[in-house]
Amino acid sequence: MRLEKRPQPSRAAQLGAPLLAILFTLALSGVLVLWAGAPVGRTYALLLQGAFGSTFAITETLTRAVPLILTGLAAAVAFKAHFYNIGAEGQLYAGALAAVAVGGLHGGTGLEWSPYVLFPLMMIAAALAGALWLLGPALMKARLGVDEVVTTLLLNFVMLLAVSALLDGPMKDPMAMGWPQSVALQPDLELGKLVPQTRLHTGLLGAVALAVAMWTLMARTVAGFRIRAVGANARAAAFAGVPVTRTLVLVALLSGGLAGLAGAIEVAGRTGYVTLDMSPGYGYSGIVIAMLAGLNPLGVVAAAVFVAGVLVGADSMSRAIGVPTYLADVIVAVALLAVLVAGLFTQYRIKR
Amino acid sequence: MTELLDILASVPFWVAVLRVATPLILGTLGVLLCERAGVLNLGIEGIMVAGAFGGWLTVYAGHGLWTGVLAAAAIGALLGLLHAWLTVGLALSQHVSGLGLTMLATALSYYGYRVAFPKVETPPTITPFAPMQGLGLPVLDAQTPLTLLALLLVPLIAWVLYRTPLGLAVRMVGENPRAAEGQGIRVLAVRTGAIVAGSALMGVAGAFLTLSAFNAFYFNMVNGRGWICVALVVFASWRPGKALLGALLFAFFDALQLRLQQSGSAVLPYQLYLMLPYLLSILALVVVARKATYPQALMKPYRKGER
Repeated sequence: MRLEKRPQPSRAAQLGAPLLAILFTLALSGVLVLWAGAPVGRTYALLLQGAFGSTFAITETLTRAVPLILTGLAAAVAFKAHFYNIGAEGQLYAGALAAVAVGGLHGGTGLEWSPYVLFPLMMIAAALAGALWLLGPALMKARLGVDEVVTTLLLNFVMLLAVSALLDGPMKDPMAMGWPQSVALQPDLELGKLVPQTRLHTGLLGAVALAVAMWTLMARTVAGFRIRAVGANARAAAFAGVPVTRTLVLVALLSGGLAGLAGAIEVAGRTGYVTLDMSPGYGYSGIVIAMLAGLNPLGVVAAAVFVAGVLVGADSMSRAIGVPTYLADVIVAVALLAVLVAGLFTQYRIKR
Repeated sequence: MTELLDILASVPFWVAVLRVATPLILGTLGVLLCERAGVLNLGIEGIMVAGAFGGWLTVYAGHGLWTGVLAAAAIGALLGLLHAWLTVGLALSQHVSGLGLTMLATALSYYGYRVAFPKVETPPTITPFAPMQGLGLPVLDAQTPLTLLALLLVPLIAWVLYRTPLGLAVRMVGENPRAAEGQGIRVLAVRTGAIVAGSALMGVAGAFLTLSAFNAFYFNMVNGRGWICVALVVFASWRPGKALLGALLFAFFDALQLRLQQSGSAVLPYQLYLMLPYLLSILALVVVARKATYPQALMKPYRKGER
């Protein structure tokens, strides 16, 4: 058996392949549901209902989608340059810490500036913190050829330990009754609600705007062209005069910055402070989302809503029927691999 | 200073070093086999979780400890086969396939654990491997048979890689698959075999955690050990002997930080000591990167007749 490149991927295959992949994923996960002793149809119905079945469900899903859009964009822009940033989780926490460092109450000693000044400053600090956390691996790759996958991954563990140390010490909230949680954000820096009485905040608009901005950057600017050129073939790009190192640094700043913003927007929109468990792996889910979206920034929004729906729906399904919530992680992981395979078969066909 | 000397002179310290090193030795050998054949396997973190869970569940279900080890190896091999199909058969991105595999294996293990034990708060335990004793060697006596297995696998794998036709084939498909094919070597088959064997080792590396080091399965118990193995292979320049050395060196610092912490002489927050293993891995990568000689075909998919 061997694979042969199709001369022209057909439109029907391109649209049908992801759908087939999702169907395959649901069938395979269905076997696991049966193993847990639950009826498959009802489990999926409850999952869907928990994700999109009511105003409350939809707002919860969209709230969850906000950080996922941003980490998904972070992964998408990096992967486009074949720069495998697996460290969005750490960069998210770097951004969250920077956000409370700038905009925190600090026991009443926080900055007493107008929120119109302080809020942008806080977001810039968060983006910078995330970007700086990724700059080291980017330079190590560009200058020394150190594989970025391992360095960015290991830095996630370092960052989580740093957060833990800071929440035990310098950034601990004295009012938190001993809970390891950071000082609180100044109330006037918190994001407004998009839908009253729900948790959905205006961060969603920011995330979608950033997705459009990233799409424009990638598709319509020289910087975007360079990023794609480095990803397609770094050596050829260098030969054609693309500054590869500078492009990689730019990618690191963009990718780390987006992940840092994810942390700041979570703090400003949802939590109000930093905790060790504020991200249940948003950084890692971002990788899946970017791949599901085919690295297209606009596709990232759709993929993030899908993954957020699976996660939120699984929570409420689990409460109702007792199938473990880890089913969501299985669905997401199988979907990733299935979409990859499906994507391949739209490009290639099997020849015997 | 005297305290440091006290630690270094104590037998229990070196026992701990070897114990911490064991999963790293097994995992690093596994990654080494895959990469020597030209395939990155970032599935290791998840394969270790699955091996830890599968091995433990087998023993918990009433089978012997060695059956548990075999089960972990089989689970690893099976997941390796999936990785081989995706990366060797379909030539998909090795990075992405490996990460996907880690997510899948981890999610499946956690899901399986929750289905099997829906309500338990404290993880159920098994009777793990006992220390070997009777060898008459002070540090090795306190280890379990899996540590001995890991130590014996180092020369065995070195011998296979450098002294047998099979090893030559593995190294050739990792360096120059086209030339290997010219010599009549079935590139895809050799790569698949190396991934399956390497992944089986990763499964056993995970099983060491539940069947030897601890006696139960915990969430997050692998905790980045797999990624450290990936870093250690670079440190070892893809050589089994150096992989052993790297794993021991690494375990030495890990055990040392733990002792310093316990002795109360730690002046810094404990988290800084816990960071050391990860920072050391990154440092090792940077130091070695300049002269690292990667297998030339690493991460390059091979398609017959396509250039």
